[in-house]
Order: sequence, then structure tokens, then C-alpha cells
Amino acid sequence: MKNTWLIIILYLIIFSPTLGEARKSIILATTTSTQDSGLLDVLIPIFEKKTGYFVKTIAVGSGLALALGQKGEADVLLVHSPADEKKFVAEGYGINRRIVMHNDFIILGPAEDPAKLKGAKPAEALKKIASAGSLFLSRGDNSGTHFKEKALWKASGLNPEKEKWYQQTGLGMGQTLSVASEKKGYTLADRGTYLALKKTLHLVNLAEGDAILLNIYHVIEVNPAKWPKVNAAGAKAFADFIISKEAQEIIKGFGVNKFGSPLFFPDAGKKEKELGK
Amino acid sequence: MSASSYILEVKNLQVQKGGILVLEIPDLAIAQGEILSLIGPNGAGKTTLLQALSCLIKLSQGEIYFKGGKISANHSAFEYRRRLAMVFQDPLLFDTTVFENVASGLKIRGIPKKETKEFVNENLNRFGIAHLLHRSARKISGGEAQRVALARALATQPEILLLDEPFASLDPPTREALLEDLESVLRQTKTTALLATHDRMEALRLSDRIGVMNNGRILQVGPPGEVMNQPLNEFVASFVGIETILTGRASKKERGSFLVSIMGREIEAVGQVEPGETVVLCIRPENVTLSPFFSQGATSARNVFAGRITKIIPLGLFYKVQLNCGFPLVAFVTGHSLENLDLQEGQEVVASFKATSIHVVRKRQVSF
Amino acid sequence: MDLIFEGVKKAFWLLVTFDPEVLSITLLSLRVSGTATLISLIIGISVGTALALAEFPGKKFLVSLINTGMGLPPVVVGLFVTIFLWRSGPLGFLGILYTPAAMILAQAVIATPIVTGITLAAIQALPKNLRLQILALGATRFQMVWILVKEAKLPLLAGVMAGFGGVISEVGASIMVGGNIKGYSRVLTTATVMETSRGNFDVAIALGIILLLMAYFINLILTQIQQRERPR
Repeated sequence: MKNTWLIIILYLIIFSPTLGEARKSIILATTTSTQDSGLLDVLIPIFEKKTGYFVKTIAVGSGLALALGQKGEADVLLVHSPADEKKFVAEGYGINRRIVMHNDFIILGPAEDPAKLKGAKPAEALKKIASAGSLFLSRGDNSGTHFKEKALWKASGLNPEKEKWYQQTGLGMGQTLSVASEKKGYTLADRGTYLALKKTLHLVNLAEGDAILLNIYHVIEVNPAKWPKVNAAGAKAFADFIISKEAQEIIKGFGVNKFGSPLFFPDAGKKEKELGK
Repeated sequence: MSASSYILEVKNLQVQKGGILVLEIPDLAIAQGEILSLIGPNGAGKTTLLQALSCLIKLSQGEIYFKGGKISANHSAFEYRRRLAMVFQDPLLFDTTVFENVASGLKIRGIPKKETKEFVNENLNRFGIAHLLHRSARKISGGEAQRVALARALATQPEILLLDEPFASLDPPTREALLEDLESVLRQTKTTALLATHDRMEALRLSDRIGVMNNGRILQVGPPGEVMNQPLNEFVASFVGIETILTGRASKKERGSFLVSIMGREIEAVGQVEPGETVVLCIRPENVTLSPFFSQGATSARNVFAGRITKIIPLGLFYKVQLNCGFPLVAFVTGHSLENLDLQEGQEVVASFKATSIHVVRKRQVSF
Repeated sequence: MDLIFEGVKKAFWLLVTFDPEVLSITLLSLRVSGTATLISLIIGISVGTALALAEFPGKKFLVSLINTGMGLPPVVVGLFVTIFLWRSGPLGFLGILYTPAAMILAQAVIATPIVTGITLAAIQALPKNLRLQILALGATRFQMVWILVKEAKLPLLAGVMAGFGGVISEVGASIMVGGNIKGYSRVLTTATVMETSRGNFDVAIALGIILLLMAYFINLILTQIQQRERPR
């Protein structure tokens, strides 16, 4: 019995967990794509080293990231759902929305391509999927990708929501890609995640290179006027860092060695309209 | 006997369970060094009484006095309980070694290790289980387990030992051996004890007094012979069995049998008894033979006595005949025999019974 | 099959090289789940014992509530703990959302009903007269409870195993309240989920194997204690 007490006490000494935080921390709500691609794993340690802030990255869909910001549960957002972002800022929840980078969405499908959409424009490609009744997998999780996909369907004048061939995974980008791969379905993905996962997938790039497929990431600081508990200084520091020259250089080179081409294109200082040209 | 010699006294004790009165003891006193047995059928309230006496259950009413001081069943009851010990029908041993089990009561009291060891070893020896010291309490026989339970109780040197059917789940030979050891330990340590049992032989053997319980009440309490031979009512009579129970001193041993003098008569019985020892003789009525006159021929019955019929009670298939042979004696006879011998109350008859048909109970020395 | 083989190879490699990241994730898993189990033991054994010994109206209802709680879905716990810990939530002032402390809290909430339920059952399974016997030996109420708990230690060890096994393998609540933050609140399960969605199946398998090994060794140790504690 005495040994048991000894073990418990030793355990408490060795493993006594750090409650709360020793350092000032920032909550960064972002999309799964930035985390799944591994970009943040490179950027954040540099930022933390430079500023002494501790970044808690919560990788969720853009929709939830914005919702967390709206409730003041996050300090800074890195998201890719421009229409909602504008509304978010307009309603006063966020400030200093600045462009960070972009990549693009691509429509992927099995190599056999049963709906024959290779080379088609995006809107046309979706029409072909619909008329062939081929399986399409949607994120269905209110993420930036999901919003983009909905916008694409709208542009093609279709509403697939109730169709049998249209399935929602409710999962992140990486998992949705592997579902599409396993079920030989079509799906919409950001190029970064696709490139990062390419080796494990049986999916090929079938439609790309249209302005409508651009995937633009913005950084937004949550408005401290609305939520006093927000770490405004930390949020600003992070936003400033990610559009700094140093970070932009890293973004530019990220993934080149591993995938042969960059996953993201740095855009700091540019206008949204200039992109894709 | 003065009031102060009582170690435990109970006044107006009542216990209710679920609104039903299950125990009602207007008054009961146990003398220092006495062994009192409570006998009665299952559900008579024996266990309830023992638990009430040890403050393990709430009293609805009444007082308990320990050595003259009133006991209140509040949070400090454990201090009172530390002066008693209780043994249950099941050994209820802890899942550890025999040593730790016997030591547990002492540990609870915070007795130093060295002393604990002494007490434990002493009691293990008393109950002949010293060799089990390091064994698991889970891996010993039922009899051994009950010995451990008794050793655990006595290790705390209780001022009263409460025994709740401690032998009830043991087989007869094991029970017999344990009973013998307990008897000698109680005799040695002069421990006051209260034994609940449904076995009147157990009670006869150990007790200075016997109380008969039924329906939560003590119906009669007194020395064993009195309770057995002069039951106050029919319940006590039927419970103690309609038997002849005689107490006397053994004398003259010869060839395995011995003589006991009872009210001036000598009865021959068989058993391992030392001369001078007090014994109880139990004679079952079906073993007693009646005849109108002394047999002319030889008989194997060693005990033949003339007596007078005091009462004849019909019991359906047979009759119970109560005799006075200088000592009380009961015989069963069939209706046929009754007619053939023309037995009447007041009539003189000869009663005989074999020495081997007598159940001999060796009696603990009465201490008061 | 290749994938599994690669995974096993990777796991072996990560293990023998003491990969610092894997090591810190493993240690954090142990720390978080160990502390949560410890907390749940303190609460669960006290509450379970008290419930087993007390008689009061509504006890049956409470017991059924605890038995239901033994199967609390971790994600539901995660959701409620998150809402409570939000800056705007009732416990927001603690500022522990997305920290290991929050994970410990959520896991303790998951494990406590398990430990409570098993304690309750273990104490109730002891002979009813044992309580009286212990009191009759002169025990105070506290000593009586302590001896009863000691008597029930073998089933209670099973409770420890069930509680720890439940929380170390749990992912839903940990990812919700911990946030799976690299080098801070990333544990074996959340890392496995993340590596899977990143397509790093070999690392995911490696982490899964480490988790299995850990659960196995902890149970092995506890089983050893259980066997040793059972006297000859």
C-alpha cells in the first residue's frame, strides 16, 4: 500500500501537467487545408520564435473558423471564403482583412473519367457530372471549399443537393479526397491539399485554370472592440508576420522540393482582382 | 448478585424495521464472566438483539448500559464497540493473509506492531491455526476461516464477545472441534460472551444461562436445566424439545462408563468424562421403557428406576408420560402400551433406559 | 498490405530512434490521460462508495444516471466542455480552452462515471454483513469505508483500466477541447486522425501501433498488480 502512494506522488511530480499557459497565446482559427498541407507547421514555429507568442491553431472549416471569430473565441483567422469574409468584416466582427496567398481549386476524378469532363470548363464539367449521374463527393462541412463548390453549382445553374449521385462526407479535405478516391467519385479540392496527398490517391486533375476556381486566403483580426478578451496585439503580430516578406518567401518555396511545384502562391499586397491573370 | 456486577444491561429496548417492531426486550442483564446463550428459531430476533447491543443498528427506544454507563448510539459508538467483539455466521474475512486478518482489529485501534504481533500469535495458537499465518484467507477451509474469525475477535481482548451463530454453517465434526476449543478459550480468558444459536446442544454445552427467543422477545431466561425442564410456555417447551435434561457430578469411572449422581440417584452413562466433572445428561423420551414391575430376568438397560406417573399427555400417535423417579423423567409410549399396561396418572411404574442412550454434555464450570 | 508493412516499419523506426515529436506526443497522452484517470479515481471512488453505502430516496434514479454516464459519448462531452470553456462560457475565465488542462477536464468527465459505476458495483458486491463486521471490529466510519475500498481493490483496478483505456483511446473530446496543437495539445489519437487526413498513413499507423502498445503495457502492469495482490 505504501508503494502505491509513492507511485501516485511520483506520478504527480513527474507528470504534473501545466495548467493554463505560461506564455501569451493566440488562438488562430484556420482551415483544414492550411494544416493538412503542413504549411503552418513551418510558419508558426518561426513566428513563435520571433515574437514569443504561442499560437494555438484550431484547424476547422472556414465556416466554423468565422463562427469562432464571430463569438470572440479566436483571435485571428486565416480563411478562404471571400464572400463570407466580407460579410464578417462588414458586420464589424473582423478588422484588417488582408490577402495572404492563393492557390486554386481543381476538379478531380478517377482516371477512367466516366463523365468525360477532361478539358472542360468548370461549370460545364459539373453539368457533365450531373447529366452522367456520376458520383460527386462534397465536403458538406461549411468549409471554404464547400462554399466554393456551392458557388460553382450555382454558376452552372444546377441544384444537386437532393440527387442520389451527390454525397456529402462532412469531413475535412484530406479525408474527402480519400473517400472520393476509394469510391471512384469526382470532387472539388484545393490544389495544395491534393498535391500533398497525391501519392495516396487514385484521382487525376480533370478541370483547372479558370478564374472562378481561384482559392484565396485572407488573414482577418477579430475585432477587439467587440470582444475585449481577444488578444488584439497577438492577432496583429500574426497577421503582420504572415504577410511579411519572410513569411511570403517561405510560402513561395513551400512544397517545391517535395511535390515539384509550390502549393500556395504568396499574394501579400496584391488586389483580389489582379489574381489569376 | 449486586447490580454493579452486570457488565451489560438493557432496558426497554425496542427496534423497528420498516415500521414493524422486530425486537422488544424490556430488560436483560449479563453478568461479568457469564456466558448467556440465546436460542430460538430463525427470525426470532437473536441477530437483531446482538446488533442492537453492539450499536450496529438504531434503537427505536431504550437504553443500553455498559458497566453502568449509558451508551448512546452516536458517532462515538466506535469507542464502545472497541470494547466488544462480534463473530458472525460467515467468517467475513478480509482478502489478505490470516495474520493480517487476525491483526485487523488491533490495527484499527492503532496498537503498536510489536504488541499486535504478540496478540495475533497468541490467538492463532489458541485456535490451533498458527501454521496458517501467511496463508491467504481465501484459501483456507470453512472451519479454519471461522477459527480465524474467532481469533480476530479475541485478539482485541474484548470485554464481551458476541457470537452470532458462529458454527451454523460448519459440518458436525468441524463444529464439534471448534466448539471444544472455543469453550476452553472462554474458560481460560474468562470472557463474558453472548451466543446466538438455534442449536440447543451448543447452548447447553457452553452456557451459564439460556434465553429462549421468539418473535423479537425473550420468552424465558434462566439456567439450562430450568429452561429445559421447566419451560414457561408451550413455545419454549416445543423449542427446547421434550426431553429429560439432568445436571449432576460424575463419579466413579469404570470401563468407559461412569456414574452420575442426580438427586440422590445414580445414573450410569457412557463418555469421556473425568470424575468430579459436572455433566448434563439428555435422555430422549423415546429411549425410556416403562414396565409395571421390576423385571425378574436380566436386562441390558443399566438404569432402572421406580417412579410415579405425574402426567399423561396425548400427542396424537403416542402419549407423553411424565414421571417422578426422584428426578423428572419423560417417556413416550404408544396407545397400545398405554392400554396393555393400563397406565394411569399417580400409578407406580418402573422406567428403564440404556446407559448408551444418554447424551452426555460436558458442562463448563458455572462461574457464579 | 504494403501500407501496413510500411506503417509497422515506420513505427519501429520512430520507436527505436526515440523520435522527439512522437516521444512528446506519447508522453503528453500519458500525462493527460493519466491525470484525468487520477482525478476520476479520486472523485469516482468517493462518490461510488458514498452511493453504495448511503440509502436515500432517488438513489435508484441516480444509479441509473451514473450507469448511463458510463457510456457518455466523448464528442458530447467535448462539445459541452468546449461551450463551458469558451471565453464567453461560464468557465471562460479559466482561459484553458485548447490546453492540455482542458483535455484533462474533458477526459476526467468521461472517466469519472466509469470509475463511479464500477466502484458502486464493486462495493455493493461485497457481503452486506462485512460493513457490520468492520464496524464491530471497532472501526470508525472512515476506517470502515477505507477497509471496504481496500476489499474491493481488485474490481476497482478493473475500473482504473476501464477508465484509463476509455480516455487514452478517446479522440472526439480531445480534439475539440485541445485543438490538436502541435507540440502542445497533440496526443496520440488526435495526431493519428490528423496524419490520416494528411495522407501520412504510415505515420498514422505508427502512432496507432504506439497507442496500442501503450494501452497494452499499462494493462499488463495493472494486471500484474492484480495478480500479485491476489494472495497465494
